[in-house]
Amino acid sequence: MKRESTNRIIGTVINGIIYLLLGLWSVIVIFPMIWVLVSSFKTSKEIFFSPWLPPAELMWDNFSRAWSEASIGLYFFNTMVVLIPAIFLTLLFSAMAGYVLARFVFPGNRAVFFMFTGGMLFPVVLALVPLFFLLQSMTLLDTHIGLILVYVAYSLPFTIFFMTGFLKTLPSELIEAAVIDGANQYQLFFQIVIPLAKNGLVSMGIFNFLGQWNQYILPLVLMTSRKKYVLSQGLAFLQHQQRYQSDWSGLFAAVTMVMLPTMIVYTIFQNQIQRGLTIGALKG
Amino acid sequence: MNKRKYRVIIPFLAPAIILYLIFVIYPYGRSMYNSFTSWKGVSANQPFVGLRNYVRMINDEFFWNALWHNAQYLLFVPLITISLSLFLAFMINQRVRFAKFFRVVFFFPQVISLISIGVLWSYIYHPTIGIVTSIAKFLRLEWFFAIFGFQGIPVWMGDPRTVRGAIASVVIWQAAGFYMVLFLAAMEAIPQSLYEAAIIDGANRWHQFWSITLPLLWDTMQTALVYSGMGAFGMFAITKVMVVSGSATNRPADVLATYLYEQAFEASRFGYATAIGVTLFLLMLALSVLTMRMTRRETVEY
Repeated sequence: MKRESTNRIIGTVINGIIYLLLGLWSVIVIFPMIWVLVSSFKTSKEIFFSPWLPPAELMWDNFSRAWSEASIGLYFFNTMVVLIPAIFLTLLFSAMAGYVLARFVFPGNRAVFFMFTGGMLFPVVLALVPLFFLLQSMTLLDTHIGLILVYVAYSLPFTIFFMTGFLKTLPSELIEAAVIDGANQYQLFFQIVIPLAKNGLVSMGIFNFLGQWNQYILPLVLMTSRKKYVLSQGLAFLQHQQRYQSDWSGLFAAVTMVMLPTMIVYTIFQNQIQRGLTIGALKG
Repeated sequence: MNKRKYRVIIPFLAPAIILYLIFVIYPYGRSMYNSFTSWKGVSANQPFVGLRNYVRMINDEFFWNALWHNAQYLLFVPLITISLSLFLAFMINQRVRFAKFFRVVFFFPQVISLISIGVLWSYIYHPTIGIVTSIAKFLRLEWFFAIFGFQGIPVWMGDPRTVRGAIASVVIWQAAGFYMVLFLAAMEAIPQSLYEAAIIDGANRWHQFWSITLPLLWDTMQTALVYSGMGAFGMFAITKVMVVSGSATNRPADVLATYLYEQAFEASRFGYATAIGVTLFLLMLALSVLTMRMTRRETVEY
């Protein structure tokens, strides 16, 4: 009897410690984000002299200054101009290649598959120098089209690897039924295979979106004029600029504007997004 | 049929193969060759110099400096990240209330762009307005840092002794939630019956963790190790945004990737830079093969 009650006390204490530690880590994770959010409504003076107090007055002006003067709006636009076609083409080309590699027997099938997946072994920094000169000679340096093609090419290895595996698991019956109904291969692919592969495509879309959204080294090398910068580049540029002119409130507002959209989308679609992002490690 | 088959195969593979050959295979192949030339990028001719770039690299103290920093990251970051995330996953898996909340929150840093995180944290470390310094001052921790020879609270990003620790902490902060989700998914796949049997045998939570959970997570652990080990060889974006750019001043934060970038795009030593790149690639390859080998074990089936 006595032993049982001590056990229960130990259990409660352990549970208490667990909640304490989980709570502590939550604070460590959330606090920096709240701090930058609150600071982005302050004046630079307030940020410097009273970093811990809430703003005396909400400085919405910080956001408009960051958006137009610091060009965050333009960088957003550039990012979308690159990311939307890049992700669309990545998914399309990978689904097409994955479909052939998963469903057709032909000599060289394995070789092509390994050629693509082998690309995952190489660090992107190794390709930087030749890539820079290649794009220069193709007059694609400092163009959005150049960056789109490069993003697609570097997203292919993993996306093809994943889509091939995914398309192998599709039930053959539906595809065979469509063939009997007289569908040609193109109708088959776009009307049957693509809808069936929706889940895999969504996961890969999320995976590649965040990968390309985070990409810094490629645009840093390939996009040289400031009016074509993507967000990651623009933000890094602003950061370095602040060392000479301290418009901290503008910088904090810029960070908030870059941080919030993905966080909001994530809170709505957490499950899909967690799956989409960790899928690389789970399948790899 | 056979001919018709190729009317699908060829056009379906062509766009991916063409893009891949031009923008991925060619640059990698070219890099391997360029590392044996002394190319400065200006003229079209690329004098072949054999192994000279590699010899130069071996004698370059800044190369070793950068490599040493990568090695330090490699030693600490995967170990701490994985232990922390495993611990978090284990706690959440104890059927705690608000498990969903913790899971969502811990994953937050994963969906913020790395550059925003870098900017954000460089202000968290700021000597006057940053929270880290403020807390240390509030707790009067000067005596603690004095033990390690600091005068007052360290200037985290400005002090060669603390800058890499500060950067590594950000990386750990950012990645812990990612590995936690991986471990949680693996933990949820473990059949409950195994735990029930262990409870009947009188095993407490601690025993259950060591004798059931951990062995069954081995595959995931291997993946996590390779992943975060590769990460320790990267560190480009976070270093570049958190540390003042411009050579010489940032030597204490240099890693191979930033040193390569500097040699190529600031000093125009393209041949030499690619030699560093090839070395980086070979090191990463060796490391992942080694990790896979060393952690290979009989997989437990259940």
